[in-house]
Amino acid sequence: MSTTAMAAGSLDAVFGALADPIRRGILDRLSGGEATVAELTAPFGVSQPAISRHLKVLERAGLITRTRRATARLSHLEAEPLRAAATWLVGYREYWDESYDRLDELLAGLQDGKADRSPPGDPTGRSTS
Amino acid sequence: MTEPEITAEPGTTQIIITREFDAPPEQVLRAHTDPDLVTRWLGPRAYEMKLDQWDVRDGGRWRYIHQDDQGNEFGFHGVFHGEPSLDTFVQTFEFEGYPGHVSLNTATFEDIGGGRTRLRANAVFQSAEDRDGMLASGMETGVSEGYERLDEVLAEIAR
Repeated sequence: MSTTAMAAGSLDAVFGALADPIRRGILDRLSGGEATVAELTAPFGVSQPAISRHLKVLERAGLITRTRRATARLSHLEAEPLRAAATWLVGYREYWDESYDRLDELLAGLQDGKADRSPPGDPTGRSTS
Repeated sequence: MTEPEITAEPGTTQIIITREFDAPPEQVLRAHTDPDLVTRWLGPRAYEMKLDQWDVRDGGRWRYIHQDDQGNEFGFHGVFHGEPSLDTFVQTFEFEGYPGHVSLNTATFEDIGGGRTRLRANAVFQSAEDRDGMLASGMETGVSEGYERLDEVLAEIAR
């Protein structure tokens, strides 16, 4: 429960931050190394202030940190929140893939065990032997 | 093993999963409603599933928790709507790590002959952003190439 509650705020921010293609592009770029706002602006065809706003969202989500070097502000990718999101979001697809494979096995077991004429809700869960 | 077909059209708010099972519709439905069966298949094997509530009736509440091997817990809850039938098994669905973002999930169980069933699970989210947030790990179907890049980022980071 506490883990869930703790994850709540940060995951919310992470999902929100990931829901935008430009921000995902920025993360992609930063996975190749730190970059200045100008360097991050170039590939996206949007204004520098717009990129700065995106960087603020990413920073609030903990996905990047920013440091100042001389007059430039450098952005760095922070792996941990992404890893947390990835750990849960093993992938919607994998989640259902694996669940349904397990359901296949369960149903096969129920089919064999025509013995499974047990009353509905009977939790025997016995396997055929 | 059949692969589920997952559809998420860009700009829409829904995800549709279809999957065929080698069992009659009544049995596939029962695997969704009977709490003793649900815990035996729902969720990845790596997670331990704890069923907190599973009150399958109109207005009944459900809640379960997946726990990974590190002890991290991921809770989900919602409410069942209507009496479950082969034509419609309806529930709201909310990940407790993302509160206030609820999807409305409807499953149907179609008899396709030969003792087989086609399950169609439809999840409607509150916004396209919510749906895409849920899919942020990069489900391939119909999702923008931004996700493919994110996949790569995530894969790299996971190493």
